[in-house]
Amino acid sequence: MAEQTVPSDAGELAQPKPEPKPEPKPDAAVVRDGLGVGVAVGLSGFAFGVTSAGSGLTVPQTCVLSLLVFTGASQFALVGALVGGGNPFTAAAGAFFLGVRNAFYGLRLSQLLALPRAVRPFAAHWVIDETTAVTLAQPTRRSARIGFTVTGISLYVLWNLTTLLGALGAEAIGDTDAWGLDAAGPAVFLALLAPMLRTTRERAAAALAVVLGLGLLPVLPGGVPVLVAALAAPVVLYVEGRSARAAREELR
Amino acid sequence: MSTWIAIGLTFVGCYLVKLAGLLVPAGALERPLVRRLAALLPVALLAALTAQQAFADGRELVLDAKAAGLAAAAVALLLRAPFLVVIAAAVAVTAGVRALTG
Repeated sequence: MAEQTVPSDAGELAQPKPEPKPEPKPDAAVVRDGLGVGVAVGLSGFAFGVTSAGSGLTVPQTCVLSLLVFTGASQFALVGALVGGGNPFTAAAGAFFLGVRNAFYGLRLSQLLALPRAVRPFAAHWVIDETTAVTLAQPTRRSARIGFTVTGISLYVLWNLTTLLGALGAEAIGDTDAWGLDAAGPAVFLALLAPMLRTTRERAAAALAVVLGLGLLPVLPGGVPVLVAALAAPVVLYVEGRSARAAREELR
Repeated sequence: MSTWIAIGLTFVGCYLVKLAGLLVPAGALERPLVRRLAALLPVALLAALTAQQAFADGRELVLDAKAAGLAAAAVALLLRAPFLVVIAAAVAVTAGVRALTG
């Protein structure tokens, strides 16, 4: 397989190295990356609005979900569970499990962004897949902060606007699947994931996570397979560590 | 009313987990194992989400037009296409495949 390449919009990404400082990235390039993600994902809020209103939620309920939860996968999961007649607690539980992954994102962003304590409660609201991925792709703290902020603002505004439009236009649009809109979500995730697959370790973790995530889908409650898939990370680190120790043993 | 309860519970739960991640003390993050885990976890989570969104319908595995769309996105990425072109390719191919097979 060809080496995974970074989308050209991302420009040249400096590899993070301990000694030589990575080349700073022009602010304009970071802003463009953030806006690109914010716009692309923000537009898919329309699909959520249509789905939610089409599933029986009112327009206010649909919009409040996007304003407060602001976690696309959890929003879709909640709507899906409510349609199935689930009670509010089980519906919220499934959505919550999907949202737990954001804690791990927050853990990583805490290192990169080094936010002042007073800012964290506000920044927390924007800790999601897309802001995390854009931030992780930046070489310096300055560009990481710019990327996080631009992606967060543009995505939040657009996600809520398009949710409203989708909810209002639910009857008019008909089946969003016919337009292929449901493919936007996985395509966005793939585009965000690609720059992260730089080393064998990362590719191994991704491959194992896919196997775990899909394999456990039929047997675990909604949202849980994604969390179990997260175990791919410690497993890969463990195997890598054991290989390294075995290599050192042979050298003695 | 039960819908609003579900929305409220989801909001509180999702917000608190986001905040929890950001509030981990800096000292804990300095340990090498924590750093490596923190760097690798987003990769695993995003990979699982990508696969599930493309190949799952609820709790069942399905292979449908979205797989073709995702393949088109992968090709666009390999060709270093801009981000929005990647998304547009996925949406267009998915819609096209559905139109042909529907």
